[in-house]
Amino acid sequence: MFTHLLTLRNTVITLCLLPLFSILLDIFTDNLGSNAIQALHIRLGDWSLRFLWLTLTVTPIQIITNWRGMADYRQLIGLFAFFYASTHLLVYLLLDQAFQWHNIGLDILESSYIWFGIFAYLILFLLAISSPKQAKKILGKSWKKLHRWIYYAAVAVIIHYYSQLKGNLTEPFVYSVILGLLLLFRLGAWYKNKQLGRLMIPRGKK
Amino acid sequence: MIIKTKKQISENDITDSAIFHKRRQLIKSSLVGSIAALGLFPATSSQAITRWSNVAKAKVGSSALTVTEEKIVKNYTNYYEFSYEKTQSTDLAQALTIDPWSISIKGEVEKPGQLHLEDIIKQFPMQEYIYRFRCVEAWSMVVPWIGFPLAELVKSIKPLSSAKFVKFTTAYLPEVMPNQKDTSMLEWPYVEGLRLDEAMHPLTLLAVGCYGDTLPKQNGAPLRLVVPWKYGFKSIKAIVEIEFLSRAPLTTWNKAAPHDYGFYANVNPSVPHPRWSQSSERVLGSSFFSPRRETELFNGYGDDVASLYQDMDLRHFF
Repeated sequence: MFTHLLTLRNTVITLCLLPLFSILLDIFTDNLGSNAIQALHIRLGDWSLRFLWLTLTVTPIQIITNWRGMADYRQLIGLFAFFYASTHLLVYLLLDQAFQWHNIGLDILESSYIWFGIFAYLILFLLAISSPKQAKKILGKSWKKLHRWIYYAAVAVIIHYYSQLKGNLTEPFVYSVILGLLLLFRLGAWYKNKQLGRLMIPRGKK
Repeated sequence: MIIKTKKQISENDITDSAIFHKRRQLIKSSLVGSIAALGLFPATSSQAITRWSNVAKAKVGSSALTVTEEKIVKNYTNYYEFSYEKTQSTDLAQALTIDPWSISIKGEVEKPGQLHLEDIIKQFPMQEYIYRFRCVEAWSMVVPWIGFPLAELVKSIKPLSSAKFVKFTTAYLPEVMPNQKDTSMLEWPYVEGLRLDEAMHPLTLLAVGCYGDTLPKQNGAPLRLVVPWKYGFKSIKAIVEIEFLSRAPLTTWNKAAPHDYGFYANVNPSVPHPRWSQSSERVLGSSFFSPRRETELFNGYGDDVASLYQDMDLRHFF
């Protein structure tokens, strides 16, 4: 009866929503620990980071496996990164700061780690609104250029993570190693393409 | 105001270990009570349920503050010797042996030597002090400490006139405190310090308990410092050594990151941490949608302590 709903796409969407359900469950069972608002805020931020990293993993997997089936899901996963980033921001504004704009202003002004978070969010926002096919058509060549800004967003996210911590940097370190590998892969692929490109160009006779 | 949402088994539903251990005594006393009710014996006064449940309330501090739920305070401790995770240190700290415990008194004093914790507890009258506790990570709580003014201990060991600073050291037990083997972030043992006049201030405590009972291990048992107008990291846990010095000691966080954490570490909303604001704080236990508390200079104890820093530039001596 509902078999038509059991598509791969719907399965992926459900999987991407699982972290949200688990967080909601912990809210309703009062299982967020002693600093509930911060725990909520951090968990949403963590998931935004993980989905952003996952988005960046799609291309390397496609190149390594030669399987192009993931291209559609890159957009979906990227949108989930934006979704979790938005809930992360909303929790900050609504639950933590309770829309006290004076306090929010002061907090942003004095907290450099927030600047990197805002920078990353603005990029994710631009990427999200330009993700529909029509936007891609309108933007043409500049679409790809714009969407390369995801690398800047990822770097800003990792700085945002590091600089709010007091001491233990193990977790952001692990994420930066993964990000480093993902970016290094692209650098390698770019270099390889350049070499190939050079081989293709016939050398002019002088 | 603390708004409680639906819970599984709360801390209150679990029989307090102190009551459990006194079950025979409780049965006896209830028997005595019933017999007394029959008019055979005079009724005895009700038994103290926890070790410190009957201590007097101190005159300093404020009983007008809403005390943070005990469960929150006991499961949210920065105790890096055990774990970098606040909830993990609650479990890991239980491995610490706190009885017997002695504190060595060193340096510029007339009476150096070893003090046994049980003697300290007998010597100084304990009181309950309800203080705000503000962490440098911008969260805060209100804790009913059981303890006595550090000044009383200092007076009894008679510092020399050359003593200007007091250095405190946490236990060094790498077999029990696993992170003491990791020196990449902080050097161990943990060291904190106060100027002598700060140490002598009536608000400065040595605490042996909280919430009417013995201090939980994760909260710094058996003896910790409490300096309510400074960031929490100054309030050193599990003290084994108190040394009087003529010069300021190099303290752990100050040594690890001198631009981030100063020696004074007075709570001050107008001096931000280099990477985050100190203008407001999240009060633990406050409900969703409730705004953060605006942080006060000296954590609200300015009337009592501002005179200690009268001619100092608090931006420089942060």
